[in-house]
Order: sequence, then structure tokens, then C-alpha cells
Amino acid sequence: MTVSDAQADSQAGPDRVALDKGGALDKGAVPAADERIRVERAARAAEPNGSQLSRLLDSGAGRNLGLVAVLVLLGIVGVLSADTFLTTSNLLTILTQASIIGVITVGVTFVIIGGGIDLSVGKVMALSSVWATTVATQSYGPVVMIFCALAVGMGAGLVNGLLIAYGRIVPFIVTLAMLISAQGLAEQISGRRSQIVTDRVIAGIANTRFLGIPLLIYIFAVVVIVGWVVLNRTTFGRRTFAIGGNPEAARLAGLDVRRHTILLYVVSGLCCGVAAIMIASLTTTGSSTHGTLYELDAIAAVIIGGTLLSGGRGTLVGSILGVLVFTTITNLFILNNLATEVQNIAKGAIIVIAVLVQARARRTSAAS
Amino acid sequence: MPPLLTMRGIVKQFPGVRALDGVDLDVEAGEVHCLLGQNGAGKSTLIKVLAGAHRPDEGEVTWSGAPVVFATPQAADTAGIATIYQELDLVPGLSVAENVVLGHEPSRLGFTRPRDAEDVARALLRRLGHPEIPPRRELGRLSAAGQQVVSMARALARDARLIVMDEPSAVLDPEEVQNLFRVIRELTAEGVAVVYISHRLEEIREIGDRVTVLKDGRTVARNLPARETPTADVIRLMTGRSIEYAFPPRAAEPLGDEVLAVEGLGRTGEFAGVSFTVRAGEIIGLAGLVGSGRSEIIETVYGARKATAGSVRVRGKQLRAGSVPAAVRAGMGLCPEERKSQGLLMGEPVYRNVSLPALTRFARGGFLGRDSDLDAAGAVTAQLDVRPADATRPVRTLSGGNQQKVVLARWLLQGCRVLLLDEPTRGVDVGARSEIYALIRKLAADGVAIVLVSSEVPEVLGLADTVLVVREGRVVHTAPSAELDEGRVLDLVMESVSPMGTRDDGV
Repeated sequence: MTVSDAQADSQAGPDRVALDKGGALDKGAVPAADERIRVERAARAAEPNGSQLSRLLDSGAGRNLGLVAVLVLLGIVGVLSADTFLTTSNLLTILTQASIIGVITVGVTFVIIGGGIDLSVGKVMALSSVWATTVATQSYGPVVMIFCALAVGMGAGLVNGLLIAYGRIVPFIVTLAMLISAQGLAEQISGRRSQIVTDRVIAGIANTRFLGIPLLIYIFAVVVIVGWVVLNRTTFGRRTFAIGGNPEAARLAGLDVRRHTILLYVVSGLCCGVAAIMIASLTTTGSSTHGTLYELDAIAAVIIGGTLLSGGRGTLVGSILGVLVFTTITNLFILNNLATEVQNIAKGAIIVIAVLVQARARRTSAAS
Repeated sequence: MPPLLTMRGIVKQFPGVRALDGVDLDVEAGEVHCLLGQNGAGKSTLIKVLAGAHRPDEGEVTWSGAPVVFATPQAADTAGIATIYQELDLVPGLSVAENVVLGHEPSRLGFTRPRDAEDVARALLRRLGHPEIPPRRELGRLSAAGQQVVSMARALARDARLIVMDEPSAVLDPEEVQNLFRVIRELTAEGVAVVYISHRLEEIREIGDRVTVLKDGRTVARNLPARETPTADVIRLMTGRSIEYAFPPRAAEPLGDEVLAVEGLGRTGEFAGVSFTVRAGEIIGLAGLVGSGRSEIIETVYGARKATAGSVRVRGKQLRAGSVPAAVRAGMGLCPEERKSQGLLMGEPVYRNVSLPALTRFARGGFLGRDSDLDAAGAVTAQLDVRPADATRPVRTLSGGNQQKVVLARWLLQGCRVLLLDEPTRGVDVGARSEIYALIRKLAADGVAIVLVSSEVPEVLGLADTVLVVREGRVVHTAPSAELDEGRVLDLVMESVSPMGTRDDGV
């Protein structure tokens, strides 16, 4: 039985479903509740490989197959155009460069699936890096610096969330205002100067390697794994999809939509705080110029990763693949000494193509 | 003279489903032709074929005696077919006149002529018997009934000879339905044909000339006389079995303790002084017109709107005003009026819709196993006979009746003590309706306290033990349902509403 046959049957009428799949079931008899579930399960399990392939395609990883293909394609282009592309050090460079924007993208993915948008991430990260690297903060040592960066990020997220949930201002405006004022505050605190990280522990993070892999990549991986688990295996994640998909239905089902919305922006701010430590270590500075346009890179990665900008649907894996695609393109352009102007044109084209392909795929699956 | 429209053997295939499998339809000029069928019978697909939105895979369409193919909506529009969909396709931010002429704005040298548009709109609204609608008013500020009239004016502006109306009465109160019928009669008197789709058989008796019945994508009966065909025959044709449109008997068990107590509840500008109590196993019915405040009352009891006066107690414990989570924790559940926009996550699987409020029960420290709620949610939907039985299907692929069962399943799984039902059978076909009635009764027999809101008086009388009549934000009458009949309730519901036709006296 092919997939479309199975679907045609289940839509043709309940009697036929019972007859076909139960085999021995009498047409008139109504099977017991658990019996019916069991039969449906058995029928699904019995479907041949063709349908398993289609289910794989429909699963989170499968929907991102297109992005994986793009990455492979970029890899091939890389191998052919630059002999240094497929070296361990170059691949680690790509991952290191992806790590900071990647951590931010995890937070942005949560916000967008939850039906919001966060434009403030780049400058909240800058503010966190500045606040954590003032002379005063540095004098308390690395633990306080880390705590400070996380607290500033979460605090900014909390302000965003409160204004959106209780002030009832649209997220676009709230986070745009946060972007501007976080930039201003970062400039004021730092006096528009780059603050040198003198603390050895913080400065050393970017230089530390375990098993030959930079610590920044481990941090990136941990954030992604924690994010994936929270999004896909917790009540918080399930509710994020519900609130992004239909906030009114979620509210009437008894969910505390406002509190959840606030938490989503706090999560995004927390990711900014983590990213602030990473960028302070990598550049050994805290600066108000960090993170410029990171919000657009993160949103672009989320979009080409297949997450609906209107909320309710999306995958974290897709967002991360999106980040890797953009970082790899940048890497290819640098290896081949090409101008960044062309690079940006290519990025723009990829965003449009990715969205076109996804829209087509969605139409096909919606029609069946 | 040939019929205005004939359709023969129309087939429309979608991937995985044959939506239309040989449909015939004849429409004469000047008649009201009713299209009947359960949800999923193919009515919507058929009218989309007629409107040029879908191209049929097989079959012939003849329009005024000549074979035609409507390849695009514009082609159908040019031929003179206008469709008024359930979700009105008007632009809320434009004026009434701009909506009437949308796409065909009177213009000179590319500049629109708003005066001409207003004149066109004014003339058409007068012809439709609604001269009180100002052409310059922003459309979004009109009532649902007013918007529907504008939608009809738009059809007439295009010189439509056939107007398809998809459940036009669903958003109207009884008086507005009568207005709609008057407009339809005037249109047909001028030779315009109307294809009328409705779930309400009594409306079809009143307005219809002939009836075509669809079932499972096929025409099962063609051109039946609308007034003379017995209801039982129509239901048998639609469902393929004969069912009594009847309410299950009340359970014999005595009522339990008082569960819900509403006292002096009010919301400024909406309703005031509402008090009632519901005991375990009791069904309280709120009868009233659209806009009487009945939905506002139960949404306020639920905390979805914040009360400005009064209190709500569940088993003696007062609930915090304006907090849905507090109400749900106390054991309340609401099946909202608008199933799609207020009740369901349409893209999510059935089981995730069912388990949403009860999610913490399936989690350990916030962590859910892989679909650990699937079995429990699936068991409840199977118990309610939700079809198709696969609980991993997206809710959007289910029919209206089955979607309603999914909302009910949610509160069944949650194990609620007080169930608030707002229009539980709206958009639900006749067969699923009886199942939902039986389910409501069974829940009451199991000791759930139920508050039911419905526009359909027989539904309230048939299910409720006690009926509260709501009019203009106040409870005007309370009585056991056994002491009331339909006529009496309708009198109470409409008492001070101005009689039909007086609206036309203005302007």
C-alpha cells in the first residue's frame, strides 16, 4: 500500500479503514478504542520503506535535507576552488566563526517559533560584553564577569518581554527600541572605547582547546543541545509552538501566554549573554561595536532553516544549518579572495531561493 | 429555455483524495437552489469549481446553454457567477463603496472616481433594502450582517446572474436571517439564481425552491422540491442512514452538590448582575441572540475576560478574576465559539491539541518523553470516535464535527468538573451533532456541571435542565426547560428587539 493509498482510504470513510486495516473486523462492528489505535499503529508500522522515507522527509531532519544539500554543494565548491578548504584547521575556523552567531540564533529561534521577533540581540550582546568588561567588573574576577554578562542579557530580555506581554507593544517595535538604547548604553558605559579584557580566564577561553577542538565550539554545541532538548522534549517547548501557532487558542486552553512570552525573550537575552562572553574572549575586548547586524544574520538563518516568521512552526536544527551555510559562504569568499559585496549578493539570493523552495514544498505537502 | 447552469459528472482529484466523484447540478434562473451535504461531502470543492478556483479533472459545465470551462476566478466572474464565501473576502480597512467596486473601480485616465463608486454602492445598497449603510463607512466597522450585504452588493455590481452563498446564515441572528431572505427573494424575482448552502434544514424549507444533496463527493439526489421533501428523507440522503434528530433522554440520577456559583457577575458595557449556580450533573442553558451578551458571560466566568463586578466560585473557592489558568486549575474548561481561531492549533497533530492543558501531567520536571502524551490523548479521541482515528494527523484535516470532538477530548483528558460550551454544534453536520449531544449528556451523567450557550433554541431546550434567557446583557428569565417551549423562548429572547423592516425607515 502506498502512502497516497493509505490516505485515500482513511479519508474515504471510517468503515473502509477498519475493514482494510483490521482485516478481520466486521464492517458493522465498532472496534474498541485501544484496539483501533493498535490497528492504526500496526498499519503504519507495516507500511513499506517508501512511506518511511516520506516520514523521514516530513520529520525535522528531513525538512532540512535541502539545506544539507546546499552545505554539501558549498563543500564541493570549496574543495574545487581552494585546496585549504578541507583542512581540519579551516573547518574548525568555520565552526568557531559560526559559534557566536549560532548561540544567538538559538535564542532567536525560540522567540520566532513563539510568534515574536527579537531585533535587539546583536546590541544586547554588545552591551553585555561592555558591562562585563568594565574595569570595575573585571576587578571581581571571571565568575562575576560571566554572571554580569548573563544578567545583563537576561535583564534586557526581561524588559523586552514585559513591554511586549504587559505593555502590549508589538515585538518589532519593542526590540527595535531595545537595539537602539542598548547601543547607546553600551557607548555610554564604554565611552566609545574598546575595553581590553585583562582577566586571564576570560581571555583564555577562546584559546583553550580540548582534544584539538576550541572551547568556543563546545559551548556552541552545548547551547544547541540544551536548546534542542528544551524545544522538543519539554512542556516549555511544546507550549512555545502552541503560543506561536495560535495565541488565543493557547490562552483559552489555560496556558499563561504572557508569562511564557516574557520567558522567551529572557531565553533570547540569556543566549546574548553567553555570546557576549564568547566574543569578549575571542576579540579580548568588550565593545559597543560588537554584534552589529547580528540580528539580521540570525533572523536570516532562522528563516532559511524553515521556521515560519509568523510562528508556530520551525526547527532548531534548520536554524543551525542556516548559520553554517552563511558561515561557509563567508569562508569560501575569504579563501578565494573575493569581495564581500559579491558575498552579500549571494547571501541575499540564498535567502530568497530557500524561502521559495520551502513554500513550494509546503504547498505540496498541504495538498496531500 | 435551457437551464442557467448544468454540471454533469464533475470529478476533482486531489493528491490522496477524490473530493468530487461525479457531481451533477442544475440551476434555473430565478430559483433558490439549495446544496445540502455533511461536512466533507464536497460542497466547498464544488463551489470552488464553480467559481473558477479549482479546475475539474472530468465533467462538463454548461452555462446558458453553451459548454464552458472556468479556468480562473476572473473567467467565472466575467460570466456572471459571484461567490459569497463563509469567510467574507472583503477588505476591512477600505470603505463600503471601495469594497463594492474593488477590482473594477470607476476611473478616468487612471484616476479613481470615488464619487461614482459611492453612487454605485448607494444604488445597490438601496436595491438590497439597506440604504442605511453609509458608502463611506469603513467596512470593518460594520456588523457581520452588514458586511454580508456589502458582499452581495459587490456581486450585483458585477452583474452576477448566479450568486453562490456558503452558509450565509451562520453569522446572523434570526432577524438578520429574515432580512437576508427578503433580499434573496428580491434578487430571484429579478431573475438572479442563488445557490444556497446551509446546515439548517428549516431555512431551506423557508427560502429554497429545489434541493440537491451531496454525499462523499457524489450527487445522491437532484432537484428535490425544497418544501415538500420530508426532513427524514433529506437526513437519510445526507447521512446514508436514517437518524432521529433527537436528544438523548436525561439521566435518572439525582443532581449532586453545587459546583459552580456565579454571583452578580458583570462587565462594564457588556452585561451586569448575572447570577446562577450549577450542580454536578446539571446542564444550564443560556439562550439569547448574537450580541445579547451570552458569549461574553461565559468567557467572563472562564476568566478570558476580566469581570468588573461579582464573583465566580468553583466548589466554594473563589476564582481570581480575569485568570484563565486559575479557572483551569479549579477544573473548568471552555469549548469556545470560534473553533478554528479560538480553540485549535490547526497545524498541530490531534493529540497535541488534546493534551495542551494537561501537559504537565505527562512531564517529569518539565521534561516530556518522546510523544509521551500520545497514548493518553489517543485513547480519549478514540473513545469519542474522532475520525480518522490516527491522532497524529494535523487537526486541520478533520471535519468540523471531529474538530469539535477534539476540543471536547481536551477537557475530558484534563478531567474537568465544569464545562462551558459555546455553540458546540456550530458548523457541525447532522450526524456528528447527535453524537455531540449524546456526549454532553453522558458528561453530565458522569457528574460534570455544564453551561451551554447556543443560538439554536431547540438545542438549549433539548439539553438543558434549566434555561436562562439573556437579552441585552441581562438574564431576563430563568425557568426549568420543561416549563418552556420554543415559541416562548423566542418571545423572551426578542421581546424588545424592533420588528422587522423598521430599519428601512431611516434615511
